[in-house]
Order: sequence, then C-alpha cells, then structure tokens
Amino acid sequence: MLSFDNAEIRQDGFRLSAHFDIAHGARVAIMGPSGAGKSTLLSTIAGFVPLRAGRILWQGQDLTSLTPGARPLSILFQDGNLFPHLSVAQNIGLGLRPDLRLNDNDRARVQDALDQVGLTGMGKRLPGALSGGQQSRVALARVLLRARPLLLLDEPFSALGPALKSEMLGLVARLQAQANTTILMVTHDPADARALADQIVLVADGQASPPAPTAALLSDPPAALRAYLGDGLNAEIK
Amino acid sequence: MSSTQPRPSLLEDDMRFPTIAAGCLIAMAAQAETPVLKVLTYDSFVSEWGPGPAVEQAFEARCGCDLQWDAPGDGAALLARLKLEGARSDADVVLGLDTSLTGAAAATGLFVPHGTTPKLDLPIAWDDPLFLPFDWGWFAFVYDKTRLPVAPDSLRALAQSDVKIVIQDPRSSTPGLGLLLWVKAAYGDQAAQIWADLADNIITVTPGWSEAYGLFLEGEADMVLSYTTSPAYHLIAEEDASKAAAAFDEGHYLQVEVAGKLANSDQPALADQFLDFMLGAEFQGVIPVTNWMYPAATAPEGLPKGYETLMQPKKSLLMSAQDAMMVRDGALAEWLTALAR
Amino acid sequence: MADRARPLGRAGRLGVGAGALVLAATLGPLAAVLAQAGAFSALGPADWAALRFTVLQALISACLSVALAVPLARALARRRFFGRGALITLLGAPFILPVIVAVLGLIAVFGRAGIVNMALAAVGLPGVSIYGMHGVILAHVFLNLPLATRLILQGWLAIPSERFRLAASLGMGPADVQRRLEWPMLRDVGPGVLMAIFLICLTSFAVALTLGGGPRATTLELAIYQAFRFDFDLGRAAALGVAQFALCALAAGVALGLSAPAGLGAGLDRVPMRWDSGGALLRVQDGMLLVLSALFLMAPLAMVIARGVPMIWDLPTPVWWAALRSVVLAVAVSVLTLGLALVLATAIVRLGPRTLGRGLETAGMLTLAASPLVMGTGLFLMLQPWVAPPRLALPVTGLVNALMSLPFVLRIILPALRDSERDFGRLADSLGLTGLARLRWLTLPRLRRPLGFAAGLTAALSIGDLGVIALFADTDAATLPMQVLRLMGAYRTDQAAGAAVVLMALALALFWICDQRGRAGAEL
Repeated sequence: MLSFDNAEIRQDGFRLSAHFDIAHGARVAIMGPSGAGKSTLLSTIAGFVPLRAGRILWQGQDLTSLTPGARPLSILFQDGNLFPHLSVAQNIGLGLRPDLRLNDNDRARVQDALDQVGLTGMGKRLPGALSGGQQSRVALARVLLRARPLLLLDEPFSALGPALKSEMLGLVARLQAQANTTILMVTHDPADARALADQIVLVADGQASPPAPTAALLSDPPAALRAYLGDGLNAEIK
Repeated sequence: MSSTQPRPSLLEDDMRFPTIAAGCLIAMAAQAETPVLKVLTYDSFVSEWGPGPAVEQAFEARCGCDLQWDAPGDGAALLARLKLEGARSDADVVLGLDTSLTGAAAATGLFVPHGTTPKLDLPIAWDDPLFLPFDWGWFAFVYDKTRLPVAPDSLRALAQSDVKIVIQDPRSSTPGLGLLLWVKAAYGDQAAQIWADLADNIITVTPGWSEAYGLFLEGEADMVLSYTTSPAYHLIAEEDASKAAAAFDEGHYLQVEVAGKLANSDQPALADQFLDFMLGAEFQGVIPVTNWMYPAATAPEGLPKGYETLMQPKKSLLMSAQDAMMVRDGALAEWLTALAR
Repeated sequence: MADRARPLGRAGRLGVGAGALVLAATLGPLAAVLAQAGAFSALGPADWAALRFTVLQALISACLSVALAVPLARALARRRFFGRGALITLLGAPFILPVIVAVLGLIAVFGRAGIVNMALAAVGLPGVSIYGMHGVILAHVFLNLPLATRLILQGWLAIPSERFRLAASLGMGPADVQRRLEWPMLRDVGPGVLMAIFLICLTSFAVALTLGGGPRATTLELAIYQAFRFDFDLGRAAALGVAQFALCALAAGVALGLSAPAGLGAGLDRVPMRWDSGGALLRVQDGMLLVLSALFLMAPLAMVIARGVPMIWDLPTPVWWAALRSVVLAVAVSVLTLGLALVLATAIVRLGPRTLGRGLETAGMLTLAASPLVMGTGLFLMLQPWVAPPRLALPVTGLVNALMSLPFVLRIILPALRDSERDFGRLADSLGLTGLARLRWLTLPRLRRPLGFAAGLTAALSIGDLGVIALFADTDAATLPMQVLRLMGAYRTDQAAGAAVVLMALALALFWICDQRGRAGAEL
C-alpha cells in the first residue's frame, strides 16, 4: 500500500497536498489540468522533490529519507529514459546492477528481457539507432529487470503513435500482471486511463484527490475534471 | 655523471640485484658518515653548462665530503632566499652574490669573516672582510660588427645616437641593476639626464639577461647590455668573431661575483676549505669557459685563447657595497621617471 | 530546484574537502609570506600604476581574444575541410609554449627585424613596432586566442545536433541559428572564458615586460618581483598578492553573474551535421577567417620550428633526460588535475546555485590569480621547517602545475557536467547510479570529449610551465623548460631553440593523444 500521510509539496508559489492510500497492485491514472502538479507528484514519490510536510509510505515504511535509487520504485520520464552512450544491453543491465558488473546469469536475464519486449538481437545497438517505440521497449525491459513493486509513468509514451502507445500500455499491463506491480501513470488521455487504470487520482486546485474508480469518474466527472477534459470527453464518448 | 665505465644492466642478471642493493646500502651508510657541504648558489652556475659539475667533481675528490648545491634562481633570488631563511638556513657557503648586493647581504649579519688575504687578479683592490671574489667582468654593450660598423664610444654618445639597445630591468635582473649603478657612478647628479636621453634608444627592457641577449641575437637591437667577455663565447665556442663589446670613455662598471661563509655553518672547516679551493687553479680554470667571466685568480696556464682579443676598458668603475646600497633606491626612481615619460 | 532542501551528500563533502585543499594551497602560501613579513606594507603610487596597467591590458587582451575566438570557433564548428583536426590541435601550441620561446617567435614575425617589417620595408612602407601596450596585447592574444577558441568550440560542439536539425527544419538561416542557439551557448560559456583569459593576463610577467617597451608596462607580477627581490619587502609582496586575489574574486563574481545557462537540452549523441552553412559569401568569410587566424598563430611557431629543428640532433643528453622527466611529470599532473577537477565539479553541480557551490567555483578559479612567485615563496616557507625543499621540487611543481591548470579544466568540464547531470541526473538517480558506478557509466563517457581535451591541455601546460621548480631548485631534476632557460642563460641560444622545439613537439604530442582519445569516443 502506498500512503500519503498529510503530504505537502511547495515550490515557488506552487503547492499540492495529498492524504490518501493506494492499494498494492492498483493501476492508477493521474489526471488533471496542465500545471496542476501531476508530474511533481510523481517526482515527489520518486524522491526528486522534497516534501514540505507529512510523509509518503510504502507498506508502512517511510520513504522520505531514502535516495531515489533506494526507493522501491521504477520511474519512466517523458524522455531521456536511456543513456545514449550506453548500448541497449547496458541500459537494461543497469536495472540489475548500477555498477554493471554482470555475471553470466545477469547477462542471460538481460537477453531474456530483450526477448520479452521483442528486441531480440538488438542488445549491442546504441539508443540513437533505435526508433521511438523501440526506445520505450528498452526502458520497459529495464523496468522488468528492476522488478520494483511500484512503477511511476510520467507520460513516457506520449510521443508515440496511437497504435504504438496502446502496444506499450499492453506491455505495461503484462508486466503489471506478472508481478502485481502498483502503477501510477500520469496521462491526459481518458482512453489511456480506460485502457490501463482501474482508478484515477485527480490533481487540481492544489489538491490530489483520493483515487476513484475510472469508469465512474469518467462517466460523471467532477467540475475540475470536466473543465479539463472539455470536448475531449465528448469526442471520446462518440 | 660522465663515468665511462659500462654500467651493468639490471635486467641482464637478476642475481646481481641483491649485490647491488647491498652496494647501495653500503654507499648510503658511507654517505651518512661523509660530511656534507651545502653551497647556496644561482641556477646557471650549477647547470650542465656552468662551472658547477666540474667544480663539484674536483672538490669532492679532495675533500672526502659531499658537495651539495642549492640553486634557487638567479643572483638576486639568492639574497632573497637568504633573507627568507635567515639563521634557519642549513647552507654553509653562499656563492654568487655580486657587488651590488653584498652591502645588503652583509647587513643581514649572517656572514662571518673569511680571514684570508689571497692574491687576486682584479682591476681593483679587494679588502672586503666577509666576501671573497671568484670571478668578475665589466658590464658593456655588446654589438655585432657586421650590423653596426661603428659603435658609440661613450654612454653619452650612445644616448645621443639613434642606436637601438635592449637592457634589463634593474628590479629583476643583476645586469639591469649594474647599468643603473654604472650610469650613477659615471654621471652622479646628471644620471637622470643620461637616462632621459637614453630613453629613445631603448627598444625594450627585459626581465632578465637571457631575454635581452636572445633579442639581440635575433637582430632586434643593435646593442645589448652584457659583459665585455660575452664576445669570447661566440669566438671560442662558435668560432664567430663578429661580436664585440664597445669601449666607453666613462669607464665600465665592474661586476664582481663573490662567496661568503655563513655563521651558522655546521661545517666551518669545510667551508674554509671550499673558499680556499675556490681561488685555486681547478676552480678558476673552468670559470672563463663556463661562466664566461674573468677568473678572480687566474690559473697558472693563463686565460683561454681568444680572451686576449677582448676589449679592455681603460677605466673600471665600482661603488663600495655601502654606496651601492645607499644610491640604488634613488637611482631606481630616476630610472623609472626617465623611462616612464 | 530543490537544492536548498537537499543535504550536502558525499559528493558535496568530497568537493568541499577538495575546495579546502585548493584554498589552503593558494591562500596558505600568501598567509605564510604575510606571517613572515609581520604586516602588510602600504602600496605606493607605483604599485597602483602597475595595478591599473595590469587590469587595463588584461581586460583588452581578454576581450580581444574572445571577440576573435567567437567567429573563429564558429568557422571551425560549421566547416569541414582537409586538415581541420590538425589545425585544431596546432591551435593548442601557442598557449603551451614557454613564454620566452613564444615571445621570440612573435618577434621573428613582428619584431624590428621580423618578416612583417621586412616585407613592409621591401614595398617601401614604414615599419611597425611590436613594443608597447599594443605589443603586450598582441602577444596575449597570440597566446590566448587559441585557448579561447578551443573553449568556445567545445561549447559549440556541445549543442546537440537535434537542435541544429530542428533549426534547419524550421528554415532558420545562419542569423537565426546564431540568435536562437549560438548566442545562448555563448552566454553560458563566454563569460567564463573571458574571465579565465583576463586572469591569465593578470599574472603576466615576462610577456608584458619584454614587449612592453619599458617600465610603463610594469605589471603587478613585476611589482611583486620587485618587492621580493629588490626591496625585500615581504609585506608589500603580500599586499600585492592580496590585490591580485581581490581582482580575481571580483572578476569571478562578474563572470558568474553574466553567464546564463543555455538550456539547450539533451540529444541522442547523433553525429553533428550542420544545415546552416549558408551561401558562398559565408563560406568565403569563414575561409578567410580561418586562413588569417592560422597565419597569425602559425607564423611565429613556424619561425620557432625553423630555427630549432636543425639543432635537435646536437642536443646534449641532459636535455633528453629533462624531457623524459617533464613527460612523466606532465602525465602525473594530468591525472591529479582531472581527479581534483571532477571532485570539485561534481560538488559544484550538486550544490547548484547555493552560496557554497558558487564559493567552490570561485575557489577553483582562484589559482589563476595566484602569483607564481608568492606561491613558490610561500610554499617554500611552509615546507622549509619540515623538509629540505629541493627534495620536494618535483612533487611541489606537480602540485602547483595541477592547481594552475585546475581553472581551465573546471571551465572545460563544468558546462559538460552540468548538461550531463541536467539531462541524465534524474535517470541515474532513479537507477541508484552513485559513486564510482556513476563516474564510470555516466560521467566519464558523457564527458569523454571535454575530459580528453582537458587532460591534453593540462599535460601540455604542465610540460611547458616553469612553475615554481626554479625556486625549489633540485639541481639534478631540471625539467625541460628549465633546461631551455639554462641553455639561453649559457649563451647557447641555438641549442635552446632546438630544446624549445622538442618541448613544443612533446607538448603537442601529449595534447594530441589525449584530445584524440576523447574525440574518438564522442563521435560514435
């Protein structure tokens, strides 16, 4: 269980507070207007932004004092998820050992992860030589090997086409099913939320609301969400 | 250093290593017992091309001691080092101060009298109780006869000519300071006027002798402040007779390089022995062809061939150590004013 | 953004330690000199005049060097031509030459008997004089233009090719690229380069005096020399040393205030392609600029080489031993400097715009303003009670060389490290990439090009520097620059010219090897 215990973030005039729990294994979409603090919320969980007050706990353990690398989570950013100077296999291998001292078993696991994301034989390439979709797969392969119970997705697939994006979301769903990973995903697309998330956390007006079931929330959105989704929702319904 | 014996290679035979190590140990033990004489001097004295290596070899062969050089820069740096260290200095002898610095050196109270009256070949009488000369030379403007057929015959004539010269800065160089005293000794109260007249002859003022002489050799200047003995190098080492020193009517200022014994020496007897050796034939014999100066006590075989061609000034100028110390600040101020325009 | 709340961390602590070491080694000697003196002495009118002259010539030299370096670096960045690599390597040469050799080279070109004046005389034009303020500036530009060019070129190459691609896709011409991409980069890199060169010229001694034409060209360093050697006034030497540091701190403050992060973002390390090379006019302009600069920089070097090469075979053995010693020293200094700079730079980036970070950055630049004479004398005073200084001649020279190179290395690697941390720091953090693993898998590969350049520059600088070795005087451990001076001091100008060419060749070789290794990796 991921718990926000009166957590409060403040940054140069910006503020956001959260006080709720997210169940282990939940798939949560984080939605809300631009600039409301969706990404900041993920960054805070990941340890890049300090809490002004309160705590964030995972299974009862306070995360506040842990460095980003030591937290029980993986995060994928909008871009820059791969080191361009390291090969695909090395980028994935970092998920096993940050010092890349891989033994034969580790290397086999890297190959296995490559197979799972459909990149067999591409381990020696550099990220610059891959397509956007392939780069996302590499990042997911690393998430797979890191095997952390919590996965934070900060719109990593937003640059991909609809088909690729849904393919990636499918991949994420498969990973999630394998390890019962808890997923928090920032998105602005209700379709993404429907495809992957069973719950939605609405971030608006300095407040992250407790998770609500996706279907219910999207069919009867509160004012803030309605304003944000606007015609998009109708388009979606059509 | 210049041993001609073939040295055994360490790689050749591994078994030799223990023997060599043992040899080193014995040598080190022996060294610990050999008395050490530390001589503070200037860098060019001990360089491979200076008198240092030959002097060291010859003295060590006779004293059964280890002669160690400490050479922090040039002559002016010597006195600065001495003042810095004061009584903490572990040097026994200081070699290489010149007559423009001996006044200040004596005032430190760090030197003890040498107590000898050796026979010297100097153009002046020598009665300094603390310092003994080891070589000397006259400052002079050196020129290239092929580029400057007729050289000026006095400082005044130089100042009134349009001959271009390079000199050294008196604040950072001993020849520069020498010229300052030369003009002062020759012209006294009129020195400022001479400098004002010289200003348009001076292409530039370099921090040290090397830069100035280098510029001259590159053809930048018609004349350079150096020594009457400078042409001897070109004649003897390069067989080039084109360089000459101009004879000036006012006379030429002397630079006498001296050595003195430090009061705090823990090897006073060795220090005395060194000062004695310094005026002997072995030391004095190498001076003319390494330091390119006149020896203070000419060796029995005389000066090297080529020295007889050098210009001999008719008159030698030299202020007493006391006078030199007294006038130099005022002379520097005159110099700065005249050249700053 | 969140730096205020973040604790110092291990990198911060290491950096503060390194900064303290640097401060102790730069300010310690000054304090030692002051302690020996007892008190500061007042500065006289001549000292203030020296201060004014020093600042003025340094300012003009720095501005001119940077102003010329910008178009030159741009031409090098956007043109591909035969010999470009060689030209970039040779650009390093003037900066690493022993000053006296560089000055003689300049004089062979611009002096009274130099080729320029000979050519002018041949066509009946009046000659030009190199002696005076303009000569000092000419020499400083000659010595520093190459460094400025390389530093700025480094900034150009650090702009991700994606940005140029984007610019090309938006139909941006050279003027737009200049405004949108190149100007922000220059705002980021320029002030640091300007300051570095200002500070180098601030401690100028032999150049200013030799070409200055007389005591009007008295610099602070000469005033310090005078205080030590002529007046034996340690208090005044210390006061002048403090004035130099104050100027440095002021310059550092101005430069840090002027510089603005470019924020050009990360790329995927694609081989840089330029689409803004423009039309024929621009090509001619760049071409002429390259030819003229190459002529200006290479002619004096060519004179030095032409004079020295025939002498190389006659060089005495001690020169070759000194060469070996210098190479070993240079390699050691490179390793030491790079290590120190990485530790400092990591802490500076980690601490961000906090006072401590700024302080560390300033401390890293401070050594540039240190008077070599004050530093050598002070270190002597500090060490002399404990150990015979000649024994430490090489280690101390190495340390001082490392400290003197540190500002350049910091300037070179800081922007690259900032970019690397901004673009990949979070990713590395999230993967738990810390300590040596981060160094090996993130920092070293990302900084390969600047590190190679920095290592080469340090090695070359160290091999060409006289340092403080002369003051420590281990007579049996002379370095190559020392042998060059000794040869000159023993009338052996020809051999000195030969030794100078050896020195130049070694410095260039070391520079080339390091620089090439760095570039090899960066062009994947």
